[in-house]
Amino acid sequence: MSFTDPDRPSRQIGRALPRSASRRLAQGRGRFASDITLPRMVHAAFVRSPHAHAELGAIALDAARAMPGIVGVFDAAAIDPWCTPWVGTLTHLAGLKSAPQYPLARGRVRFHGEPVAMVLATSRAEAEDAAEQITVDYQPLPPVVDALAALAPDAVPIHPELGDNLAFERRIEAGDIAAAMAMADEIITLDFDFARHTGVTLEPRAVVADWNEGEQRLTVHAGTQVPHMLQDIYALHFGLAAHQVRVLAPDVGGSFGIKIHIYPDEMAAIAASRALRRPVRFVADRLESFIGDIHARGHQVRAQIGVTRAGDITFFDVDDLTGIGPYSAYPRTSAVEANQVINLIGGPYAVANYRARARVVFQTKAMMSQYRAVGHPIATTVTEALVDAAARRIGVDPVTLRRRNLIADDAYPCQSASGMRFEALSHHGCLEKLHAMMGYDALRAEQAALRARGVRRGIGIASFIEITNPGAAFYGVGGAHISAQEGATIRLDAAGHVVLQAGVTEQGQGTETILAQIAAEALGLAPEQVLVRLGDTDSTPYGGGTWASRGAGVGGEAAWQAAHALRGQLLTLAASLLQADPSRLDLRNGQITDDDGTARMALADLARIAHFRPDTLPPGIVPELAATRHHVPRDYPFAFTNGVQGSLVEIDTETGFITLLRHWVVEDCGTIINPLLVDEQIRGGVVQGLGAALFEACRYDAEGQMTNATMADYLVPMAAEMPDIEIGHVCTPTAETALGAKGAGEAGTAAAAAAVLNAVNDALAPDAALLTALPLTPARVLAALGVIG
Amino acid sequence: MKSAAFDYVRAGSVAEAIARLAADPFGTKLLAGGQSLLPALNLRLSAPALLVDIARLPELAGITLTGTTLRIGAGCTHASLLTAPEIARHAPLIAEALAHVAHPAIRSRGTLGGSLANADPAAELPAVMLALDATMIIEGPSGTRHIKATDFFTGMFETALAADEILIALEIPIRTQRSGFAELARRHGDYAIIGLAATMTADATRLAFFAGGPTAQLAQRAAGALGTGPLNHERIAAACTALAQDLPAHDDPEASASMRLHLARVLLRRVITPWINPSIRTPITA
Ligand SMILES: Cc1cc2nc3c(=O)[nH]c(=O)nc-3n(C[C@H](O)[C@H](O)[C@H](O)COP(=O)(O)OP(=O)(O)OC[C@H]3O[C@@H](n4cnc5c(N)ncnc54)[C@H](O)[C@@H]3O)c2cc1C
Repeated sequence: MSFTDPDRPSRQIGRALPRSASRRLAQGRGRFASDITLPRMVHAAFVRSPHAHAELGAIALDAARAMPGIVGVFDAAAIDPWCTPWVGTLTHLAGLKSAPQYPLARGRVRFHGEPVAMVLATSRAEAEDAAEQITVDYQPLPPVVDALAALAPDAVPIHPELGDNLAFERRIEAGDIAAAMAMADEIITLDFDFARHTGVTLEPRAVVADWNEGEQRLTVHAGTQVPHMLQDIYALHFGLAAHQVRVLAPDVGGSFGIKIHIYPDEMAAIAASRALRRPVRFVADRLESFIGDIHARGHQVRAQIGVTRAGDITFFDVDDLTGIGPYSAYPRTSAVEANQVINLIGGPYAVANYRARARVVFQTKAMMSQYRAVGHPIATTVTEALVDAAARRIGVDPVTLRRRNLIADDAYPCQSASGMRFEALSHHGCLEKLHAMMGYDALRAEQAALRARGVRRGIGIASFIEITNPGAAFYGVGGAHISAQEGATIRLDAAGHVVLQAGVTEQGQGTETILAQIAAEALGLAPEQVLVRLGDTDSTPYGGGTWASRGAGVGGEAAWQAAHALRGQLLTLAASLLQADPSRLDLRNGQITDDDGTARMALADLARIAHFRPDTLPPGIVPELAATRHHVPRDYPFAFTNGVQGSLVEIDTETGFITLLRHWVVEDCGTIINPLLVDEQIRGGVVQGLGAALFEACRYDAEGQMTNATMADYLVPMAAEMPDIEIGHVCTPTAETALGAKGAGEAGTAAAAAAVLNAVNDALAPDAALLTALPLTPARVLAALGVIG
Repeated sequence: MKSAAFDYVRAGSVAEAIARLAADPFGTKLLAGGQSLLPALNLRLSAPALLVDIARLPELAGITLTGTTLRIGAGCTHASLLTAPEIARHAPLIAEALAHVAHPAIRSRGTLGGSLANADPAAELPAVMLALDATMIIEGPSGTRHIKATDFFTGMFETALAADEILIALEIPIRTQRSGFAELARRHGDYAIIGLAATMTADATRLAFFAGGPTAQLAQRAAGALGTGPLNHERIAAACTALAQDLPAHDDPEASASMRLHLARVLLRRVITPWINPSIRTPITA
């Protein structure tokens, strides 16, 4: 089956359809967890630690209990009987350590914002009023803010029982570094600093938990990407069987990885539903989101590249340090990001010599864990800034150096120095396409002309690889109950339309739409004739949910296989009625047709007969008209994708302000199911990457207080500052699936900041200024230019 | 976050609003566009017992031109001023500055009076009032007062308004003058790192900087260095030098004091330099 033939009958895969939910959401008919109101529901508010690190003394709850509307007040002692603690370690991340984490702080608080007490009231406002009445004795302990300082021999151990603050360390050594250093004519060392940031979902985290004492069942409506994972974890920690837990993911207002983790406040709210036998709603407000959601990135990297005068890259050598807050996140851990950084560095290049170390340390700041494009922006920025620095040093154009060193498009299958296996990538194809789209040579000429007039424009290129469609290697082998497989169940209804249920979820990226397109193509239906139902552990097949760019490649393949199985059943049934050869029949436009397209029978008639006149079917035929199929990637641990981004910037050297003029992306995600949605995923991802490049930073003071936890002070990228983003594609389908689709959700984020950083350094090359810290603030630009001290 | 509980009344007149304020000056807050006050309540930075809504008071509405005085009601929204022909003709500096104030949704509710009474050190409009030499018209239990903008902004979020007074309107003298505006904000609509609203008449230059200290302020020494005769680059350079004595050293995470002074000088040069050449058209109002 080829999805590239535009004239094939029943073509749905490859059509640029808008998201099916758009009309409903625009009509205000979205239904988010934060909209769900149940009878007798109460609202949770939390007392959170104002200190980064302190011994917890007495917590006085009585004044709160006396406040109007109060239904329950909890501290750790009161909530612990309802919920067991969790530890964010996995066995395949050898040596990773962490400490048990509880819904409410016990004994000590270890970050600014850690929940200490919880109030349940008939309104959130009353709960907040009462929370203000709770007094807590804190004996401040020394904060451990800086990641490097956390490793100092005299650093205060955040968990004394764990010994020191080093949570995880991993080293890679491949090839012959000493020989590669000797071979290099130039060795360039750069020190990078990447700020922490966070996801800033439009809809904050939200849970509505409903313990039904009569049914002995827990129902949780959660703004989540991972309903089955939550079901398993809730069962484990609330002492229930999995079938006693139902998790529903209604509309979810953005997630970006924020909503795949276990959070203490959510666990406390769910436990309270059981304790109080009432529904409990917890919706994080914006302040709670900034200090309570996981943060991301936050790396200091020292990195080296070696290059010969002829332009051969001889080695990469990196040392990554990242601080993750006081606990490794559960259940995915907080070591995956650093692990991924060192797995991915140098990945696009044919360079066999590689040395890396990643260190992951505890500190008394908000927790850090997986967020869109886990590790990729760090790895891509380090790699690509080094490649550009090497090009400048030996005096060649950065495109030339990439042409010489990127893995050849005919060299696959192959693997990177860090051991990542690549099925088939297209770095050169993408680079040449980008080069043409940018009008690269003309841009260079314009840049030179403008430079002569004092205008500083810069051009930046960044090649990247992206991990998508992970198999069980990601989490399952480490012991996590996070499913790498996806299921899809499809059934024909009595009117000849289909209902498709799947384990992947929708957070606005258009999962429902692409699943409908896939099933519609297999069955000769219109996408509107496919009703897609997601996000309910009671009724959807088991699946891992939506993360790591796996929805289309893994969930889509399960849907394709299920729809194909149903197609087979329909054709067999039709053949028996029409006395035809099923292999000569087809499904097109809601009709059973001959293979030349001649209509033989409406699908609606077949459905009608099967449901209402089974007496007229040939003897022995009992139509099933439903199929379930599962898919899990097995040939490769991940389906790597690749691409390249380009950035054009202009810098005001007097003010340090950077204007993003244009941005280009060429990427290869295999079969494109819906070009509109793929392009919007990429644009959205690029914008998040541009946020990292110019704006986003969780600022902490020396005491470990987050000082910019508002939308006024934490700068997300906004439309006015964004350039037009032009997108092109190269298409190398994976041979592992019938669909051939790989992921696309994180490609934009992976390399946007790298392209901008390279463009900025390109612009400032005549001034001998070099920046290696993100975000690229005016203050940093002016300091690099020597304008300010 | 949810605000603490409060009572709400919509005042029918300025007199009623003043009576409400006088009854409990510290427990009562005027509510205009709510674009600064309501976020503060939700963050529980302030917990008044009563909000008195003045947004629809006719006495605070409208723009009137009398002789050489332009009177602007405190209740005029940012959005209405952005498109008002009287503003475009007689005080274009206001519209120029408002294009940098927040975003359309906020501008359609936020008011001139609210912005001035709020006196955010990084807000644009207080500086514009200094540059335009505006006079604030204030009413309270003991009658009406007129206060010059230079005496109105007394500190960070502090003004000469007493707790039981209302800003009714402001008056701007219409003069033959050039005006210019520039600010540096990280994103469009953000509060600025530093900004400048400037006017120049035949005999005075007013350089009002904002976001450079606890309150918007006139840079008197820099203006003095510019002098009153024909402008030239040397005078502008002298003004830039003098600016170091005008601006207090103000550090924040966005900019150190030295960076802020550097940027203030850049803005000063960028706004004033075009005025050297009399043929270059910059707004001249009369
Ligand atoms: C996201 C966002 C971005 C913003 N960005 C900017 C910006 O870039 N620049 C900027 O300048 N502003 C900005 N603002 C603030 C905006 O301009 C507000 O509208 C303005 O500061 C307050 O006007 P208001 O009418 O909303 O006043 P309110 O919020 O109703 O009141 C503010 C204060 O003034 C008092 N008050 C109001 N009217 C009077 C009166 N007539 N007499 C006496 N006291 C009165 C109130 O009691 C209160 O204390 C922003 C606001 C938001 C929400």
